Amino acid sequence: MVTASSNRVTAEGSALLVQNVSKSFPAADNSQASTLALDDASLSVAPGELVSLVGPSGCGKSTLLRLIAGLTAPDSGELSVDAEPISEPCAERGLVFQDPNLFPWLSVRKNIQSGLVARGVLHEKKHEVDEFMRLVGLETFADAYPHHLSGGMAQRVALARALINHPKVLLLDEPLGALDAFTRMRMQDEVLRLWKSRGTTILLVTHDIDEAIYMSDRIVIMTARPGRIERTISVTLDRPRQRNSPEFLQLRGQILEILHFAGASVGAAEE
Amino acid sequence: MNAPVEEVKRESRAQMPARKISLPETTKAPLASRAGARFLLAVPVATGIALAVHFWASKNQPAPETHSYTSFLWIILSASIVAAAAQFAWSYLRRWMQQMAPIIAAAIVLLTIWEAVTSGFRWLPMPYFPGPAGVLQSLIDDRAVLFDSTWHSLLLLLSGYFLGVCIALVTGVCIGWFAPARYWGMPILKIIGPIPATAWVPLAMVVAPSAMFSAVGLIALAVWFPVTMLTASGISNTRASYLDVARTLGASRAYLIFRVAIPAAMPNIFIGLFMGLGASFLTLVVAETVGVKSGLGWYVSWAQGWAEYGKVYAALVIMAVFFSTIMTVLFKVRDRVLVWQKGVIKW
Ligand SMILES: Nc1ncnc2c1ncn2[C@@H]1O[C@H](COP(=O)(O)OP(=O)(O)OP(=O)(O)O)[C@@H](O)[C@H]1O
Ligand SMILES: [Mg+2]
Repeated sequence: MVTASSNRVTAEGSALLVQNVSKSFPAADNSQASTLALDDASLSVAPGELVSLVGPSGCGKSTLLRLIAGLTAPDSGELSVDAEPISEPCAERGLVFQDPNLFPWLSVRKNIQSGLVARGVLHEKKHEVDEFMRLVGLETFADAYPHHLSGGMAQRVALARALINHPKVLLLDEPLGALDAFTRMRMQDEVLRLWKSRGTTILLVTHDIDEAIYMSDRIVIMTARPGRIERTISVTLDRPRQRNSPEFLQLRGQILEILHFAGASVGAAEE
Repeated sequence: MNAPVEEVKRESRAQMPARKISLPETTKAPLASRAGARFLLAVPVATGIALAVHFWASKNQPAPETHSYTSFLWIILSASIVAAAAQFAWSYLRRWMQQMAPIIAAAIVLLTIWEAVTSGFRWLPMPYFPGPAGVLQSLIDDRAVLFDSTWHSLLLLLSGYFLGVCIALVTGVCIGWFAPARYWGMPILKIIGPIPATAWVPLAMVVAPSAMFSAVGLIALAVWFPVTMLTASGISNTRASYLDVARTLGASRAYLIFRVAIPAAMPNIFIGLFMGLGASFLTLVVAETVGVKSGLGWYVSWAQGWAEYGKVYAALVIMAVFFSTIMTVLFKVRDRVLVWQKGVIKW
């Protein structure tokens, strides 16, 4: 476990502002048609806030995270972190991809420390590598290569690799998707603990509504084709949250209803 | 390494230390026990036949020419018998023998057929096709010159190969990574590259200050093309997602090139290194045959000039051993560098 020096929130996180951002991709076959992956999306995240993005497949969640990370540029609209426009990827905005994308030529340990190497701080921070390996429960696999890991293990390595950089904004694209229910709940608590002790701003993409309610301050619900932000729901339940409390279940029903409605509208749009 | 495959025979179990019996081995045991007796007998039987054929074939040959080969076969025969006895106590040797016995026996059978066809039946015109005994004798008689030639070939090959690889890695990475380098470099690579390095021999002989110099240059050129080509394609085919990950981790451009693109291109680079090695062997021998006055290629054409075909074959044998040893070394290096691929691709 990572030892939080104290319980105080250091408010390390950054404010995130997404204003009227659109992004389309040219279709592979026909240069005329293009997919509008994100249509006029606006989102404001306060420093240290944990916001979840939920929505049907293909609604532009990953696209939004890539835009915030600075890996792609928007067609129109503006993105900024702490009032600074986003132009390039940087270590302050960590992204855990939907696929673990571990470097296959590096062992688990070297994958996790690759962020430290990239920033040239491996020497000062070497002790943290072991901490993060323990955090994701992979200390016995330190010297294994990614091909020998299960999908869930690889995802945990990818999570540790992003966390070790102590980013101010953490963009998580279904980071716990391949985990079994128990590991998943444990990892949710670990992420929450890190979030609390560091005050990181977190944007979490998930398909699991329970996860969204359990973890986030706000839930952003998106719809597909074109990708739009449909609605934002604040979750005001006290932490730590009880997964089977009546309020929790009520919220869950509410979100499912919105998603179902959104899903139906998608179906209607396609007809 | 795999779990050691060890056959535990009922009769030998009693004298085995307990540690060995506990080794995991069950999966391959039935196969091994079926082959049990055969692998012990293969080499001695093959060598026995070889000796018999040799005595028959060497009756009409001068004794000094056949003496070494006789001793050679006797040594193999006794070594194989000693090994067959020793393997009961030494499991490592046993595994090695199970692996190697069939191939060694086959090699001896081939030698025997060679001897029967040449010295025995004399089906082939004699001075051009000496038997194994004659070749072995030439090998021993001329060992000093052969050793010296091998040494010179090695120096020439290594200096040309390393020069070529170093230049190729730089050009390959540049062409693979930087768009302007690709724009200007690719046409040059595509036009100059496919010309066999040996086609430059006449020009190289004129331009270079010495034959040695031109040979190094030609070998480097031969290596340069495949290594550059494969390096460039490996670098430009680096998965974009690896680069994306690295960039979100705060990677500089140097990190992206040296710690992401180059490692990702390594499997490709090694294909280039192997192709380059093959091309360098060819160029080495040609350069030594036409210009350089040392080395194995030179030795072959020199011995041929004197119609000493035993020596020609002796040099070919040395060349085979020499080249395959270098190939093996490169394979070992690859296994080291690409150890992360183990279990992913078929080796
Ligand atoms: N690089 C790309 N080239 C072309 N089209 C793309 C590209 N990336 C995304 N798209 C398109 O943009 C749309 C949104 O994709 P995105 O990956 O953001 O969806 P998502 O919400 O993350 O879906 P999922 O939940 O399945 O991961 C999809 O229709 C997809 O086809
Ligand atoms: Mg996605």
